[in-house]
Amino acid sequence: MEVRTEQNIYKQKKSRNIRIRKAKNIIFYSIILGATGFGILVLGLLLYQILKTGLAWLSIDFIMNMPSRFPQKAGIKSALAGSIWVISLTALFSFPLGVGTALYLEEYSQKGTWLNKLLQLNISNLAGVPSIVYGMLGLAVFVKMLQFERSILSGALTLTLLILPVIIVASQEAIRSVPETLKQGSFALGVTKWQTITGVVLPYALPGILTGSILAISRAMGEAAPLIMVGAAGYVAFLPSSPLDSFTVLPIQIFNWTSRPQEEFKNIAAAGIIVLMALLLFANGAAVMLRNKYQNRMD
Amino acid sequence: MKLLKKKMAITAMILALIMLALAGCGSKSGNQSHQEPAVQEARLSGEIKIDGSSTVFPITEAIAEEFIAMYPEVKIPIGVSGTGGGFKKFVNKETDISNASRPIKDKEAEAAKGAGVEYIELKVAYDGLSVLVNPQNTWVDSLTVEELKKIWAPDSTVKTWKDVRPEWPAEEIKFYAPGTDSGTFDYFTEEINGKSGAIRQDFVASEDDNVLVQGIAGDKNALGFFGYAYYVENKDKLKVVKIDNGNGPVEPTFKTIQDGSYAPLSRPIFIYVNKAALERPEVKEFTIFYLEKAKEIVPQVGYVALPDEEYKKGLSLVK
Repeated sequence: MEVRTEQNIYKQKKSRNIRIRKAKNIIFYSIILGATGFGILVLGLLLYQILKTGLAWLSIDFIMNMPSRFPQKAGIKSALAGSIWVISLTALFSFPLGVGTALYLEEYSQKGTWLNKLLQLNISNLAGVPSIVYGMLGLAVFVKMLQFERSILSGALTLTLLILPVIIVASQEAIRSVPETLKQGSFALGVTKWQTITGVVLPYALPGILTGSILAISRAMGEAAPLIMVGAAGYVAFLPSSPLDSFTVLPIQIFNWTSRPQEEFKNIAAAGIIVLMALLLFANGAAVMLRNKYQNRMD
Repeated sequence: MKLLKKKMAITAMILALIMLALAGCGSKSGNQSHQEPAVQEARLSGEIKIDGSSTVFPITEAIAEEFIAMYPEVKIPIGVSGTGGGFKKFVNKETDISNASRPIKDKEAEAAKGAGVEYIELKVAYDGLSVLVNPQNTWVDSLTVEELKKIWAPDSTVKTWKDVRPEWPAEEIKFYAPGTDSGTFDYFTEEINGKSGAIRQDFVASEDDNVLVQGIAGDKNALGFFGYAYYVENKDKLKVVKIDNGNGPVEPTFKTIQDGSYAPLSRPIFIYVNKAALERPEVKEFTIFYLEKAKEIVPQVGYVALPDEEYKKGLSLVK
């Protein structure tokens, strides 16, 4: 009898325990579902709001016109061209610099030395510095000291500094993920370190490097504060023809329109946001495509 | 190695495509400008660099737009660094014209002198500051300058409407004002409280006047002030307060701001032109164009034009 009661108690306890654990499971599930839903809801609202106000104003004219004081005639041609200029140059500067730094840190430098640790610490720190600080740096170094003035070049170099830490960290992660066995195999064949890097490490790490870099460049595309600092203009009615021309970019033009008193300018600001989003989607889409392409090849 | 070469080729192709797209944009605009009938001697070219106040920006932008329609070869980038930031660049000879929502300060004038920058000051328009309440506010119709001072002073004891006038309800006032970096804020505090920047601390501040519009429109007990242009665009959402300067309550309108009867909350706004830059034909032509067109364009962007003789005075300075 005694044994049976003990068993009973044990059984009861067990079933209660399971019920509690199952309840906990459901609660936790609904919490994380809620967390995901919240983000999607906010994003959905934002998209709905912007598409509702902006879509009606979006047209070929809007993309092909210069900014104007009449909302009906205003367009974003100069801002779009400025954004493409700045971003192309930024990509051109930041990609080789970032990947080069990551290669050095991962493949060449002595890990564990104080210098290496100091570099790592600084790079992670720099990734968190507010963008306006980079704007001030750009103003002091590129605009004033190097005399590039308020040009596309100054803007692109400033943005390069801004996203460099992110590219370096992302590339480092990608390079670190290359299996040691692959590298050893390559060395075993008697090739040099540089050949191993170009033949094994880079092809294997490229999808990761590209994803990180393009996300970083997308971030740069949305920046306004550091570019205002280095002197991007609020109104530009010509297309830049060289890296030393004055310029404006999409986020600045949009910001400019939202601060106008007239209601219509808020609508064309929404239309501008749609164009900026399309550009970002295009960049991110390109990242995904490139990544898949190289991933398949590796398999 | 082969793989990498291919990748490089692809990257190069993408870059080349982008460059081509850009070049395409460039040549198209060139064609466009040629198609437009060349008005008068459309031979002016060069770049006129302008920076400064965001208050003056819409006017200068509108004038530049008209000017470029006539002289498509001239480039006019306009920045918005604020009046103070604009003057810094102006003194550094980085800009040819500076937009300013207040006269140049003595310190700035000295700096300009030290750098060898000579300039002329041109009034281009009036900007009225409007004091606003919520449309549901049925009691406030006008305020005297004394009352404004009592309300906004740094050591103000006003908490409810009753503290301003005994017959008003004892409901707490919510205060709204432009951010401390704006020329509007400087001007209001100087005119009403006697010292630039002196103001009570418990107000909602925003650099974006549209935020203030939304705030006052949604709050029955709101009281705030900002640029007249923002009131004109939002007349249906806001109620403007008449200001009594001892000569009876005056409502801000284009007329009362221009003839100066809406005092003391209307102010002139300026452009400053570098004298050396004025020697260049495009800058001179632009400045003359500015003063000649201002009367027509200034009201279009929500500001109040000066009387004709003021523009004539300016023109005589330029010519």
